[in-house]
Amino acid sequence: MKPISKIYTALILLFLFAPIIILLVFSFNSAKSLSVFSDFSLFWYRELFRDSETLNAVRNTLLLAVSASVISTVMGTAAAVGINKLRQRYLRTVMDTVTNIPMINPDIITGISLMLMFVYVGRLFGAATSLSFWTMLIAHVTFCLPYVILQVLPKLQQMDRALPEAAMDLGCTPLRAFLKVEIPEILPGVITGLIMAFTLSLDDFVISYFTAGNGFQTLPIRIYNMTKKTVTPKMYALATIIFFVILTLLLISNLMDSDSAETVKKAKQKRKKAKEVPST
Amino acid sequence: MGNKNSSVRSLRLIQRLCLAPYSVWAALFIIVPLIFVAYYAFTDNQFHFTLENVKRFFTATSSVSDASGTREVRTYLLIFMRSLKLALISTLICLITGYPAAYIISKSSARTQKIMITLIMIPMWMNFLIRTYAWMTILQDTGILNGFISLLGLRPVHIIGTEAAVVIGMVYDYFPYMILPIYSVMAKMDSKLLEAARDLGCNSFGVLHRVIWPLSLPGVFSGITMVLVPSISTFYISQKLGNGKFYLIGDAIEGQYVANNLHFAAAIAFILMVILLACMAVMQRAANRRAAV
Repeated sequence: MKPISKIYTALILLFLFAPIIILLVFSFNSAKSLSVFSDFSLFWYRELFRDSETLNAVRNTLLLAVSASVISTVMGTAAAVGINKLRQRYLRTVMDTVTNIPMINPDIITGISLMLMFVYVGRLFGAATSLSFWTMLIAHVTFCLPYVILQVLPKLQQMDRALPEAAMDLGCTPLRAFLKVEIPEILPGVITGLIMAFTLSLDDFVISYFTAGNGFQTLPIRIYNMTKKTVTPKMYALATIIFFVILTLLLISNLMDSDSAETVKKAKQKRKKAKEVPST
Repeated sequence: MGNKNSSVRSLRLIQRLCLAPYSVWAALFIIVPLIFVAYYAFTDNQFHFTLENVKRFFTATSSVSDASGTREVRTYLLIFMRSLKLALISTLICLITGYPAAYIISKSSARTQKIMITLIMIPMWMNFLIRTYAWMTILQDTGILNGFISLLGLRPVHIIGTEAAVVIGMVYDYFPYMILPIYSVMAKMDSKLLEAARDLGCNSFGVLHRVIWPLSLPGVFSGITMVLVPSISTFYISQKLGNGKFYLIGDAIEGQYVANNLHFAAAIAFILMVILLACMAVMQRAANRRAAV
């Protein structure tokens, strides 16, 4: 890299990380001030862990993210298998367009549209409040589905179409061929889709905000409520913990990536050597 | 053979059945809700047909007073134009600063590329509420920025509550969405093309103008969409960094939702959706025409 490129990237990184580093530093401030650092203390962390509402929100968020990502991964993978086999061009176009809608629509419109429907249907059944954990779960599954489909579909398209048929020629039942041949082929896409759905659900605020009932608070909604009124470094402690959790997850996934890349490389080298041996 | 055909047919049947749950789900929770937006937008509280909500968006007025006196303005049109202006400025800043960054990263070693992309993605994984909130503490009049400025012996600046603060927030929140698609297109670019252009007599600017820029356009278009759409419809950034003074279209929808004016909220959402779809159709056509040339 040229020096000027180095300076430029450094500036970009400074812009991206300065706010986060400031949050980190001030979460250890003993005073409430957000501009003067007085003393190092863990006071705000202790406060955070005493805040039962926030801890409850963490539990809710995890429960919602796990359910939404599992449901959307199962349904999305099945959908991708079906879409991949669609013969009629117009049906394929319809499915692609519909799948794209939640991704191109602004979150606020997805949120509002689901909320309007839930409220209307709730009123039909005479319910005073129709928004609950279940409406949120439906909303999260809905916005996660396109991302799962988009991860799995390319893997199916890359797969050799003759593979499942060969398996059946060799005596597999169709179901077995599907489970034993197709599923392992598309598994990497399925796992990426699952992780993506999980993080999207974890992070979502806007759609949750419109579809959440009063009783069910996720972490982003809790953060919204905390920042609505007063400024408290408790929020910073929370942000710091989230930052380190994300950092750890990213590092692990990167290590796993390079690990698997290494093993692939080694396997290839071995194969190369094995090929070379007979020829010499 | 008959056995094989029947098993192929039952495999097809399984695959068809796979699509059924998603088809039902997508119809119920993607299509029907959008119909409900239109239904609410064109009805009153008793669900009788009315154009009142849409009319209100275009005609409602309010008075603003500034240095030049008090004037009557079209409330929601003004809000919409303001949202559009701030979102366009933010998108432009992201593009101008993000494009060279994406280029630099795509030209560096594989290891650096991986580290840089991970670093750019880390802030993206933090919740946008937290990111926006961090800027609030930086930009406050008694915040860190002014502390730093007064250390240098300069006059403190007043940023919080201005349009500039809202733009900073939007740029910070959505910057990675600009870099990542442009980078992924550039990383796939064949370096032989650049060499060929040089061999055929292009200087650096010529290579950029005639080869890199046209080839990176798909990334640029998707970057623009990914920054413009969320920044035009945001409702938290403006409340926190604009001190609620710079009411944007997202705030308008949220405000009507909180006030339980669901029909008017739906009308604003409906109009926003129609305008965005029209914009995207135009961009798509421009992109296609480019691709055809």
